Order: sequence, then structure tokens, then C-alpha cells
Amino acid sequence: MVEDDFVHPYIPNSVPDVKREMLREIGAQDARELYAEMIPDRLLLKRPLDLPEPLPSELDLRRHVEGILSKNGTCADHLSFLGSGCWQHYVPAVCLEIMGRSEFLTAYAGGPYSDLGRFQAIFEFQSMIGELVGMEVSGLPTYDWAGAAGNAVRMAQRLTGRNRVLIPRIISPGRRSVIENYAQPSQMPGHIEIEEVGYDPGTGALDLGDLEAKIDEETAGVYVESPSYLGVVETELKEIGEIAHDHGAEFIVGVDPITLGVLAPPADYGADIACGDIQPLGVPMFAGGGLGGFIASRDEERYVGEYPLRLISVTENERGEYGFGQCTFDRTSYIGRDKAKDWIGTSTALWAIGAGVYMALMGPRGMREVGEAILRKSHYAARLVSELDGVNVPFRGFFKEFLVNIDATGRDVATVNEGLLERGIFGGKDVSLEFPELGQSSLYCVTEMHTKNELDRLAVTLEEVLK
Amino acid sequence: MTGVAKLRRYHAPVWDESIIHELGRKGERGISVPRVEDEITAQTGAIDSILPGKVLRETPPNLPELSQAQVLRHYLRLSQVTLGMELDIDLGVGTCTMKYSPKVNEGLAALTADIHPLQPEGTLQGLLEILYEFGHTFLGEVSGMDEFSFQPSGGSAAAYNNACIMRAYHGENGELEQRNEIITTVFSHPCDAACPATAGFRVVTLYPEEDGLPSTDALKAAVNENTAGLFITNPEDTGIFNREIDEWTRIVHEAGGLCAYDQANANALLGVTRAQEAGFDMCFFNLHKTFGSPHGSSGPGCGAVGVTEELAPYLPVPVVVKEGDRYGLDYDRPRSIGRVRDFLGNVQVVVRSYAWAMALGARGLREVAEVSMINNQYLEKKLQGIKGVTKPFGGRRIDQIRYSLQTLKEETGVGVDDVNRRIVDYGIQTFFTSHHPWLVPEPFTPEPCETYSKADIDYWAEALRRVCEEAYSDPELVRSAPHNSSMHIFDPSSFDDPERWAMTWRAYKRKRGEK
Repeated sequence: MVEDDFVHPYIPNSVPDVKREMLREIGAQDARELYAEMIPDRLLLKRPLDLPEPLPSELDLRRHVEGILSKNGTCADHLSFLGSGCWQHYVPAVCLEIMGRSEFLTAYAGGPYSDLGRFQAIFEFQSMIGELVGMEVSGLPTYDWAGAAGNAVRMAQRLTGRNRVLIPRIISPGRRSVIENYAQPSQMPGHIEIEEVGYDPGTGALDLGDLEAKIDEETAGVYVESPSYLGVVETELKEIGEIAHDHGAEFIVGVDPITLGVLAPPADYGADIACGDIQPLGVPMFAGGGLGGFIASRDEERYVGEYPLRLISVTENERGEYGFGQCTFDRTSYIGRDKAKDWIGTSTALWAIGAGVYMALMGPRGMREVGEAILRKSHYAARLVSELDGVNVPFRGFFKEFLVNIDATGRDVATVNEGLLERGIFGGKDVSLEFPELGQSSLYCVTEMHTKNELDRLAVTLEEVLK
Repeated sequence: MTGVAKLRRYHAPVWDESIIHELGRKGERGISVPRVEDEITAQTGAIDSILPGKVLRETPPNLPELSQAQVLRHYLRLSQVTLGMELDIDLGVGTCTMKYSPKVNEGLAALTADIHPLQPEGTLQGLLEILYEFGHTFLGEVSGMDEFSFQPSGGSAAAYNNACIMRAYHGENGELEQRNEIITTVFSHPCDAACPATAGFRVVTLYPEEDGLPSTDALKAAVNENTAGLFITNPEDTGIFNREIDEWTRIVHEAGGLCAYDQANANALLGVTRAQEAGFDMCFFNLHKTFGSPHGSSGPGCGAVGVTEELAPYLPVPVVVKEGDRYGLDYDRPRSIGRVRDFLGNVQVVVRSYAWAMALGARGLREVAEVSMINNQYLEKKLQGIKGVTKPFGGRRIDQIRYSLQTLKEETGVGVDDVNRRIVDYGIQTFFTSHHPWLVPEPFTPEPCETYSKADIDYWAEALRRVCEEAYSDPELVRSAPHNSSMHIFDPSSFDDPERWAMTWRAYKRKRGEK
């Protein structure tokens, strides 16, 4: 039953004559006959799908989808101070150009001879991430920082044969939940006991006394973040690493790579595994769809052997041509199935390519300058805000994000943020439910994109809303 | 028009492009960063007065230093030596559904670029509407499932998500310690074994009988009081559809397990048969395969999960909900597994898939399925009679077929990896062989989805025929391929050698004794 009037631009063989010709060669009357040979009648859907009227015209489709999406507000038409795991940084035009290239946008699983450039771009991404963190191994990133941290925690478990991991109390609850899923429930054989390490209420930094009290010879890894979820830059990372190593634990550090032109690289303070998100490196936010989680480590066989990720290695042939391929691919679930190092799948390669472009554009100087710009602008904003009556910025050693407490105003963050929204501002993320001990607090994010005028406007508007 | 396709004279671009670290010159820069106003600089003072000196970087990172045009040129060259999908006939990559991703959808997806996931819900109404409607209106109808999540960002991530749901379900019933086994089949995607294992389950893998499928009796023998559930692909990676799938889900349910359907590539089943009627409790679709979002060189993608009403409480948070004509994000779900990824997932992928499905509608989706299936039968006809190619297991296949070049290997010494390098010389992307283990020896698995014209299929088949003929007439030509690509053959042995592998330029230079 070939119907003659339906030809769709996405389906060349929907042309009735072509389909008839192919069916003739196959020796079948129609598709139904062929399906009936393969799928039992009782499982065949006997009715058309009940879906909205289609919009095959590209113009109609655009109008329809644009109409729906126009109901959104964005950080382009608002002044936004949201961060908390997804950040508004400037995305250079060249990054967009390269991420939009047909070849990179649509490639997938081609081999190293046909997709040479895709492999090289990923290798270069790994190389530049390696320079930022000071390490020699990285791979194709996973979905986000949270997933990378979850992978890293399980790597530590396998590396040490131990089943206990310390994480900071100050961590994004979403990230913590992802890690906890990787840690498995207590009934399961691969369970990792997750224990939190407290913080110094004065500085927001990790409480080293608590770390000393909680670490033991069963600890597989110590996971810390710098900057922390609340933006605090840890000052005692070297000591934290030494404490971890003294107990035979892996030292895992989560970092925001946009800091690394200014802040010391994880390798310098003894990190064994570094992880973090590449979204700040030239990838748009896409409401969280821009995230990508990198992992890096020293180039030692025992670390390489525990990665779940695809690791692209370089080589050279006798003609002096570079070639690329998968390092120890047997590790991965594509080969090892249930015996593999966890699982791997479609990842965030396009963002890795874009992040590579970003790092190449920025170079050492650009990375330092952007880090300094963020430091200056965020500290300028924090100072302005903290000068308002009843507003306190409790933790001063931060990068990009800072906690704003309004307990002394008697107001709550939710209504203050509503007031800001009415005035075109997305206020900082409300963290008062996530960390009740911090009172009515929100997390403000200031990046290189904010201008002085915008920061001044925040302070003025906040004052007005708080009145 | 039947007839032999004329193979084109092809040569890939050759740029002999350096590694980016070898380019540029100290002091060059690719972009200037936004300026810091003088007043801000003055007020904030020295950097080491903002943060203590001990946390600051002492040596700048050894990043490349290039001007903007030079960075662009480098990456444009890399893109030119990437065959990708749109330049060629990429129907060889089975299990991946290499379909056309409509260009109009790129502009639509970009409308979400400046959205922050934590914006107030009132400013997210358009995005949430797309997420909700694509789930409930489209995927709900295509699968028969009730509730959806787009948080998992790939097919394997979705399988992992579903393993976490199974874990939560049995945990809530107090049976997790007992129900610790997942059953899968060896021709199901490897993630159906790896993800439950990562979630903590023991995995029992069923192997095929002579017809290519494990027997239903084998499943009956495998289920017991330890059974937590079934993870299965259908059709399996061989393209063979398990006709007793509803009996399989019944057996697993009777034993107290749940059934998770891997529909990563459901392309030839759209509007044909559904997860619900087959008795599944959950399923997932890869939007970057079946639903037209581009593969992105390997992501970002989306493994869209659908579950029955009964399992909806376990979905990861937040879940997109609709109340009246308003959309919202529900975080208050005490039985939820929590999160498998931060925020809402790759929402820009969902926007593209929504647009793709809207462009097709019910009839179009059914046409996608039928044409994909017919293309598969047609390609089989074209490959029949190519010397050296066989089709193990026999029987008609749905969307793809796992063929074998074992005969070719035995008769010429040329194996599938050699053929795969040589086919590139005809301007065709490398094809997919098979996941491991290679139960079908010297395998290859083309999937000629609806994107490919009859002429495309004819060309692909002709290229394979030519390479197989070359294997008989001039095996060295094939073994030493590629000859017309951007580079020549290299020895991959260093990739498994700790002394020589190098994942970064700094490691490569160190291992070669260079500074």
C-alpha cells in the first residue's frame, strides 16, 4: 500500500516510484508485508500515531518553535548573577564557528583515517587541559563535572581497593547526588561510603581538623573542590593532599578551569586526579546543556588503566604524519561490557573541540587576564553589595562566586529575588534550603562579562528591593 | 534505475597539519578579554591582595600562542580532514542511525544558548513547554510510556539511569540484596551490561542459538529469585527482532523483575511497534540517533528515558510538570533516584528533536520507519553475491544487518579492518564493525536509514564490492590502505604501550626525549 502523495524532504526514498522499484527488487509488495515477516501481529500497532499536525514547511516550523521559545527570558535580556555549576562567560565567535562546522557537528564514530581532524582536535583539547591542570593524561570529557567527579571517586576505589570517600559538606547538592548514585547503595557490593568533611564557618574553607578526624586507612579518596560550590578558594590544598597521601588515599580535586590562568594547577599541590567542567571554556550555557566533565591525571599505567573515558593517543608514522587512536580501548565498556571500567557512551566531544579552540585563542595571557578580570569584578561586586545595610558577604577568599547573606535585613532570599526579577535581574541562587546553617543566603556569580555599570546597578537595585 | 554506480575519483584534503602547540609564536594572542574598568582595578588593587599568593599560579600554562586567523585556519583544516557525516554516504555506521540533522534546527537550538538552568520558572516557560510536550505528546505516543526525563545525556547514560531506577525500586521493596542480577543478551548494546554493573548488579549474559537469538528457554532458566530485571535491545545489534519479546517481559515480571528496553536506535520501529505493548516498564531513545539531533563528534546527545506510571516516582529530579497552562519543575519527589547529571540535561538536543518530529508528524515518522526498513532490505539485495561477504544467522532484519567478511579473510588474508581503511579511499566514512565480543567474525553492520537515497545505497554497495574484489586481485592494495585519505597507515601498537602512549602533547614530547 504505497500512498502516492507523500514525499518528505528528509526522506529521498519516500518518492513512490523509487520505493516501488526497491520493493520490486526486494520481492515484496509493501512495508507491511515485510514487517509482518519480522514482528508478530499482536505487537504491531494497528493505528496511526496520534500526533499534532506536522509542519513540513521550514518556515512554518521556524515560526512555531520560535513562537514557543520566545516565551523564555534569557541571560541576554536580563542581568544575571546565576552560576552554581553553569556560568555565563563570553563565547568567542571562532568557538561558535568551529563548533558549527558541519564536519565536527555531524561526525560520530568514524575511524582515525577518515576523521583525522576530529581525533586531532580531541587530542589537542586533552593536551591543553593537561597544560592547565599540569598533568599528562586527559580524555574525551563526560557529561559534566558531577559525572567526572563520580567517575573519579570510583577510580579511587579501584586504585586503592578501599570503599570510603570523603567529600566536602559544601558541594553542589546536584553534584553530590550524582556522586552518591555512583557510590551505590549500602546493599551493593561496590558500595562506597560517602562521608562529608565540614568547613570553617569563618572562611568557608575545608575544616582540616575534621578531615584529620575522619580520614583513616579505609579511605580510598579525598575529594575537594577549589573554588568550592560557594566560590571559596582553598588555601591549604597542599596540606590536604599530604593528609590524603599519608593515609594512602587518592587526592581528587575538582576545579573550574577558567581559574587556571591565575590559580595554581592541581598538579602543583599534589592532586592525583583532577576533574571539572569545560563549559566555562567557550561553550554556551544552553540551560545546562553546555556542560562537559573532564578528568585528568598523571601519566601512570595504574591511573590510565582505571579511566572509563576514551583516551585519544597520538603517534607518528614513518612518513612523519601524525595518527591518533584509542589508548587501551579494552578498558572501556564498548569492549569489556560488564567487566569494564564502569561505562562510557556518547560524550561531549563537540564541547571539547570548542573548549580546545577557546584555550588556543586565549593562550597563557588570555587565561591569566580572564582570571584576573573575574577576580576583580566579582570582588568589586561583593564589596558593593556588602556595604548595603544588613547584607553580609561572609566568605572573602573567593573566585567568581560569593555568598550573600541577608539575615540582618529580616528578609528572605525568595522574595528579594522576586523583587530583582521585576527589575530585570536574575539574583543569585538561593542556597538557604540547601545549607540551612547559612541562613538566608544566595550565591552570586560575577564573570568577565559583567560591566561596572551592571555591578553598580545590582547594588542600587538590591538596596531598593531591600528597603 | 538499476545499474552499477560509478565510483568517484576521490581524494581527501591533505594538510599535513601540525599539532597546535607547534604553531604560532610567543606573544601572539587569539582574542582579547573583556576589559576591566579602571575604577574596578583601582579599588581591587593587586591580585595577591585579593587572594593569598600561595594559591596563585607561578608559571603560566604552556598553552599555544596564536593570532585569531591562525587559530581559525588550524581548526578549519582539521575540519577539512574530517569526513564526518554530511559530506559522504555514512550509512555504514550501524547502531548509530547516521541520519540527516536538518539545518533549520541549529538556529532553533541556538535560541536556548543564553538560558541559565536556574532561571525563575516564569522565564523558562518556552523551554519547559518543549520538554514537556516532546515527552508527553511525541515520545509518549511513540513508546506508550507515561513519564519522561531528558537528564541522561547519552544512550549509555539512559541505561545507567534505568539501572538506578531498578535499584531504587527493589530497594524500596526491601529486595535489593536478594535481587542483584540483571539479565541481558550478548547482542544487546554493551551499555546494557556495563551500566547495570556500574550500578552494582551482577550481569547474566545470554548467548544466541542458531537463529541469532537466545532461546526463551534460556531466559526461563536464567530467571530466579535473584532477578532484578532485563536490559535488552530489540532488534538486537544484529538487526534480528525477538518475536517473543512480550513473552520475555512476562517471564521476567513473573519472576519479580523489571524490564528496560534499549531503544537507542528505534528508527525503523516508529509507529510500528511500541515498548508498552511489548510489556516494558521503561525505555530510552537516543535523540541524537533516532530523533535527528546531530551526533556532535560524539555528543552532546540525549538518552530520553520513558517509564510507566508505576516507575514515574523514581525518575531523576527535576521532572517537568504541567499545571493548567503553566509548566514547572518538580523537585519534591521523595522516591526519586536523585540525579544522574546536573540540571535538565542537553535541552538544546531536545529542541532539535522536537522540531524534527514536528516536521514529520505521524505519517512522516511512519515513513521514516518504513523507508529505513526497506532500505535495509534493499542494501541486503545489493550486497548479496559480493564475493567474501556472508550474512550469519539468516532471516529478515529490521534496520541493520550484521554481515561477516570471514570468508574474505580466509580466502585473501584481508580482514574487516583492512577493508574499513580501504573503503575510505572511495570517499566513504569508515563503517561500524561490531561491539565486542565478535561472535560474528570479521563483522560489519551497515544501517541505511531513511536519509540515504537509492543511489546512495547503490554507491555504498558498489564501493564495498570493489574493495572486496581488490582483496582477491591485489590484497596488498587493501592491506596498505588508505591511499587517498588525509594520511597513510600507521602502527597503532603504541596506544597500548605505557612507554609510548601519549594523551597530551607534553607527554608525547617527554616520551620522545624532546623538551
